Amino acid sequence: MHLLEPRAQPSRVMRWAAPPLAIVAMLIAGSLLFWALGKNPLGSFKVFFIDPLTSAYGWGELLVKACPLILIAEGLAIGFKARIYNIGAEGQLIMGALFGGGVAIYYNDSTSMWVLPAMVAAGALGGALWGWLPAVLKTNFNAEETLTTLMLNYVAVFILEYMVSGPWRDPDGMNFPQSVMFSDNALFRVLADGSRVNTSIFIALFVVLAFWLFNARSFLAYKLEIGGHAPAASRYAGFSARQTVWFSLIISGLTAGLAGVGEVAGPVGQLNLNISPGYGYAAIIVAYLGRLHAAGIVLAGFLMALIYLGGEAAQVSLQMPAAITGIFQGMLLLFLLGADAFIDNRLRRPA
Amino acid sequence: MLEHLVPILAGALAAATPLIFAGLGELVTERSGVMNLGVEGMMSVGAIAAFAAASHSGHGATLGLPAGALAGMLTALIFAFFTLSLAANQAACGLALTIFGVGLSAFIGQHYVSYSLPGLAGLNLPLLADIPVLGPIFFRQNAVVYLSLLAFAIVAWVLAKSKLGLMLKAVGESPESAHAIGYPVLAIRYGAVAFGGAMAGIAGAYLSTVYTPLWVQNMSAGRGWISVALVVFATWKPTRLLLGAYLFGGITILQFHAQGLGIAVPVQVLAALPYVATVIVLVAISRDKRLLQLNLPASLGKSFLP
Amino acid sequence: MNPQQEPRLSLLHITKRYPGVVANSDVSLSVHPGEIRAVLGENGAGKSTLMKIIYGAVKADEGEIMWNGRQVDIANPAQARRLGIGMVFQHFSLFETMSVVENIALVLDEKFDLASLAVRVKEVSERYGLPLDPHRLVHNLSVGERQRVEIVRCLLQKPQLLILDEPTSVLTPQAVRKLFETLRKLASEGISILYISHKLDEIQELCDSATIMRGGKVTGHAVPREETSASLARMMIGRELPVCEAKPYTGEPHTVLEVRGLSLPADNPFGTTLKDISLTVQAGEILGIAGISGNGQAELLMALSGENPVSMDTVLLQGKAIGHLDAGQRRDLGLVFVPEERLGRGAVPPLSLARNALLTGHRLAGMKGWGLVNYSKARNFAKECIQRFDVRCNGPDSAARSLSGGNLQKFIVGREIMLAPKLMIVAQPTWGVDVGAAAFLRQTLLDLSRSGVAILVISEELEELFEISDRIAVLAEGRLSAAKPRQQTDAESVGLQMSGLFDTTTPEASHASA
Repeated sequence: MHLLEPRAQPSRVMRWAAPPLAIVAMLIAGSLLFWALGKNPLGSFKVFFIDPLTSAYGWGELLVKACPLILIAEGLAIGFKARIYNIGAEGQLIMGALFGGGVAIYYNDSTSMWVLPAMVAAGALGGALWGWLPAVLKTNFNAEETLTTLMLNYVAVFILEYMVSGPWRDPDGMNFPQSVMFSDNALFRVLADGSRVNTSIFIALFVVLAFWLFNARSFLAYKLEIGGHAPAASRYAGFSARQTVWFSLIISGLTAGLAGVGEVAGPVGQLNLNISPGYGYAAIIVAYLGRLHAAGIVLAGFLMALIYLGGEAAQVSLQMPAAITGIFQGMLLLFLLGADAFIDNRLRRPA
Repeated sequence: MLEHLVPILAGALAAATPLIFAGLGELVTERSGVMNLGVEGMMSVGAIAAFAAASHSGHGATLGLPAGALAGMLTALIFAFFTLSLAANQAACGLALTIFGVGLSAFIGQHYVSYSLPGLAGLNLPLLADIPVLGPIFFRQNAVVYLSLLAFAIVAWVLAKSKLGLMLKAVGESPESAHAIGYPVLAIRYGAVAFGGAMAGIAGAYLSTVYTPLWVQNMSAGRGWISVALVVFATWKPTRLLLGAYLFGGITILQFHAQGLGIAVPVQVLAALPYVATVIVLVAISRDKRLLQLNLPASLGKSFLP
Repeated sequence: MNPQQEPRLSLLHITKRYPGVVANSDVSLSVHPGEIRAVLGENGAGKSTLMKIIYGAVKADEGEIMWNGRQVDIANPAQARRLGIGMVFQHFSLFETMSVVENIALVLDEKFDLASLAVRVKEVSERYGLPLDPHRLVHNLSVGERQRVEIVRCLLQKPQLLILDEPTSVLTPQAVRKLFETLRKLASEGISILYISHKLDEIQELCDSATIMRGGKVTGHAVPREETSASLARMMIGRELPVCEAKPYTGEPHTVLEVRGLSLPADNPFGTTLKDISLTVQAGEILGIAGISGNGQAELLMALSGENPVSMDTVLLQGKAIGHLDAGQRRDLGLVFVPEERLGRGAVPPLSLARNALLTGHRLAGMKGWGLVNYSKARNFAKECIQRFDVRCNGPDSAARSLSGGNLQKFIVGREIMLAPKLMIVAQPTWGVDVGAAAFLRQTLLDLSRSGVAILVISEELEELFEISDRIAVLAEGRLSAAKPRQQTDAESVGLQMSGLFDTTTPEASHASA
């Protein structure tokens, strides 16, 4: 049962080889699944991973889906480095969407150029607030952030449900739980006709660059890394544990909130119950798959977006439920974590 | 008042049952030093496996429960392989297991969306069932509710009184020491994780074949996560877990009786109540660091490579 | 002991290789019934691996084990116990949250009956002079009592061979004598004993015979009583024991650190409460604090280093109240600290030495600005530290955990010295360090103090404290004894104080005796 023994030096090769290995393992396990369901694995793969990319529209959709994933994952990665396990990005995204969407609803008739910036700011605030809450609960009351952030996801969903079926329900919406459609003034501008790619990608771009610099050079990132590896060493060095927790959770909440605004002021265009197909959870996988590295996360974000697109395509052409996305995501994360075990360890040599 | 209270309490008992199963399983797992955050996933897989077995065989919960247990256990073994044999990060693997399990259950469940099963009738224990007030609350429940109490009694006894319980505690406190005196740490942890999976599977099976005998996607609805939180709330003690489960059973059932009780609160607020309560309960219990330190399995969540 | 008898245990040509090292190379030794045999060697000589092979915890690559004349294959500790081999671990294999009797029940292959076992624990413990209350929880026991639990646990299995791994490192001199009485009694009943140690005087006092190991090989067999310390040392480390040189301090003496009436309730259920601790450390001197770990050492160090800030006026650095400051702020004022846990506290195991240099080195000018780190400066800092303090490694990019204990300790001590401190606090400076590196570290501390730095050393090793300290105090049960000049005290009286036998003193009194 003991398969591994520690390496003296962590393996650099495995650190970068683990994601491709995990992807290959996922593809193999996926083929077995398709085969078990009586589908042709190769054909299914074509539908899943190739077909979505055969049109310009497909590439645009890839970008549309990758954007929120990358945004959220960049924020989460900062926390994960410090071993702050925020699994509440889904709720933080929803709160961001609610705050940003609220601005859009109240100023729906306004033509001010400040509506959209105000929505972005409000969304960031909403997400950050939903990240700040578990931070306070952790530093002041010692409550584990894993469970509190997760529970707050459910709470956020119910708040959203309440708002769109109560105060913010579209009066002309035939009682559907949804808000009015936002006016054009409250939407990100579409970049190319016939696609849904919009100017919110510049927010993502900015965040990626800023976080790259932050990770590579900032002292705060170093402090977070120490806190993650060895809390006792962090205390020994005189770094503040409270700062680590607050910064990690607030910043990851903030980027998730931005992603939420990006959705409601972008492809969704209103508040409804389908703002996010689980981006907040998938971004966790993106962060790990991207090695918690700003650029790696971009690559991983595109792969995850492709899995989403593939899932949609499989629904249409293979009559498979959309839930297949979750199966692939779960397997990918498991295989990645398994492969990661070989960074610090190697196979035990028989005596 | 009483005409509301009796069904609320009776309902609380029934609603608490999946939390008891899943919570006891996670409690045993965590006692061995392993934190499996995949309860929600194992529960979902258990639920769909049970539903499939029950509807195909026509034996209902009788076959559903064992099928759920088996499926939950197999799912748990995936987790065990990654976190124990490969010493991978337990928190992240648990999350992956949840994403995988929920996805898998929805995937398989697609074929069962319109099915429903006959439920499980209450036992109506002779004489006892006729006691006023207490009878309807305690003695007209279905067999699985009583099974959860039996499971509680067995787990509580094993942990407190048997050598097996002592071994689990030893492995959870210091795998290094346990290894040094010759205990097969990994094998014991495998066993504890498998037990936790089986119990989560039974919890899922109860949901899909007894509690609401039809298939709905995401039917565990966070109960797996609440079970994990309950274990912390219980400070790893079975009796407190049982009480916590009943408390949450009561909170869950409240939303269905709110109107009757004349509580004029939006339905979403009531529905959010169990999750808010979980956060409050976690905060309340975690504030007392000493209490946690005294009871926390010292190696919880840490990988062990001998 | 009768050498004509068949040996109880013989090891023949045992070899065990690990990736990159040969832990045991062609090791042979035997022990007879009633014989107390020492296995002597310094840290890393391969003693522990050899004992783990005997106890079935590790499997040898080559070689044979003979038990009472029969070849045996010991697959696991349970089988070793069934054969009659008992082991007392250096780092006890006890479970803190369980009672004594529960701990013992865990290793016995018999019906699970705590009540009757408790009776037997009491019987055996009294017969061998190892008093124990079977129902107390282990975390409430002193270190000496924990060792008794380990020994009683072995005795209940009626062993024919008892292995003790560095059993005296946690005992007072008085407790060592009691332990030796017990061991002699056991030997007289025919039990064989393998006694693993690096302490020459103890081996000469207790053991009938000795096998000496160095670098995984047996370098000799000897009768300790017929040898001198010097001749044993030569076999153990291949040369004379290095001695440190302490020059007198010629600078101006002044108080650098003052602790005034520090009382602190334990912050966790397994901790120790500090009671009214007062001390001073002067520039140019080393103050040694003796005592067995678990008597408030961890708590005192956290309070002094700033990892656990206390009330402002209880800790003064050069007259300035610093009790409320955190570790970083104190470091800015010239207080540096070398903790006992090198991996995970003093250094971050998977990170490179360059990044580890930054852990405290970031306070030096030029290391960071505008919130950004100058990583090339940090690398140079690490390089310089490696050179100046003779750290053997593959350069500043090696992971901290890839270094041996001695080299990592040199790196950490060096890093802190390069911060130009006024006060250095060091916990267990040479714990788990080989003899050469230990001598280097002690000399480094002595030289540092003579340059005018005040040094506070907390150590379990009495010999070490007597070698480098100017004054010695004892921490026991959370109380600190008055510090005495080294020349006015000895191991015997320090040992008595280690069991808590002293009056608490006022700061004035400790001043007077200084």
